[in-house]
Amino acid sequence: MRIFDPHIHMSSRTTDDYQAMYDAGVRALVEPAFWLGQPRTSVGSFTDYFDSLVGWEPFRAAQFGISHHCTIALNPKEANDPRCLPVLELLPRYLEKDRVVAVGEVGYDSMTPEEDNVFAAQLKLALDHELPVLVHTPHRDKLAGTERTLAVVRESGIAPEKVVVDHLNEVTVGLVAESGCWMGFSIYPDTKMDEDRMVAILREHGTSRVLVNSAADWGKSDPLKTAKTGAAMLAAGFTDADVDKVLWQNPVDFYGQSGRLELSDVDSEVRSEPTASFAGNSILRGPRKD
Amino acid sequence: MTVREVVRGNLSESAEAWLSAAEDTVAADPAEIRSLFPAAGRKCGRGPLESDVDVLRGWTVDDAARVVLLTKLPKDAVTAEVTDLYRYGDAAEKRAVLRGLAELSIGDGGLPLIQDALRTNDTRLVAAALGPYGSAHLDAPAYRQGVLKCVFMGIPLAGISGLAERADPELTRMLRAFAEERLAAGRAVPADVGLVVPEYSDLEA
Repeated sequence: MRIFDPHIHMSSRTTDDYQAMYDAGVRALVEPAFWLGQPRTSVGSFTDYFDSLVGWEPFRAAQFGISHHCTIALNPKEANDPRCLPVLELLPRYLEKDRVVAVGEVGYDSMTPEEDNVFAAQLKLALDHELPVLVHTPHRDKLAGTERTLAVVRESGIAPEKVVVDHLNEVTVGLVAESGCWMGFSIYPDTKMDEDRMVAILREHGTSRVLVNSAADWGKSDPLKTAKTGAAMLAAGFTDADVDKVLWQNPVDFYGQSGRLELSDVDSEVRSEPTASFAGNSILRGPRKD
Repeated sequence: MTVREVVRGNLSESAEAWLSAAEDTVAADPAEIRSLFPAAGRKCGRGPLESDVDVLRGWTVDDAARVVLLTKLPKDAVTAEVTDLYRYGDAAEKRAVLRGLAELSIGDGGLPLIQDALRTNDTRLVAAALGPYGSAHLDAPAYRQGVLKCVFMGIPLAGISGLAERADPELTRMLRAFAEERLAAGRAVPADVGLVVPEYSDLEA
């Protein structure tokens, strides 16, 4: 089973997670820019984070045989903080980077006027930089938030096939299916969505325009939920080809619209020995004992 | 042979046309380099640079294309633009800036970038920081620490600049102490230590 996790926050995860993900079949991932669990108080805090997403984290991932890409944006929660807003002026620099494959996470948290403005401005940036968009839907008042999200997307003029609306559930999936946007599902230990509910949604809506992610971050989450969803699909009678479509081909098709996916180094079978190319790097904490 | 001449031989017709137009754009409006510099890998390719020029050994095509763009910056803008390109660059862009410093009329203006790179744990950046510019501008303590960090991180010393001229008794002492620490722990001593410390020069690689 080869897996492309289209939404996972690796900056919050350990090298053990990278190893376990590789062993479970993860060969590529996208890390969206989001908040850190505690508020940022300055633009510099964002740029250091973005630098990590385009520099250090891909370097870390590569040592475990995983191709790392990212999305860049001012997230909805921090769009409400005037100390954070000036980061919008720096986004054009980052949206031109090689492994930046979408604008995101954008969208709504509390559906404030500030969030409206920042969401619209960043949809415009996506058009300017010819990038897809990853849209977060709110945890509270999700149905209304999803309706408003789709209205703003329509108004922006961006093609629906270049937009994924994420963190969907049984209540919100139908709206997004009708809109022509991609449908994103975050499989979580207790909350958003679980493997068996995901299988039921795939039965009802099919496997097209569906992205399944672990959205693992600094909270209680599981970076192997993609693989576990694949196993649940097989147990429910889906074929290997169905699983490959959902867990690999769909993310490749969606983010491939950026023209910036780099999967030529991805080895779908054998893992390269990390010490061969990066002997003595800080992740291995000095050269291995011979 | 200049970097420009080398890179021309490495580009397709369409990539050469893009780079040539980008050079003109940067010369006319230096701020345009902010969006052209990150795009150079997509437009020109990222493969190894084919070249007989010694200082370009290990470079990639996008490194060379980016350095060509840097050389188009006017003198009054070069320090500020190069500093920001490094500040906001991804790892490939940062490496190109580090490699390009020796080609620019920037004096000591690039030294803070070299020092930043030497603080990272990214082998690509540490190695690029010890190129011709770093070797010419770092003071003795910083140069010695850089060499020691390379040995520690497994970066081949063959790829860094100025070792023959800048190796001194203090660097020899530091590398000898590093080797003794390794031996005390029952671990192997990297063969590159032998490039500086005579008693380790017969180690098999």
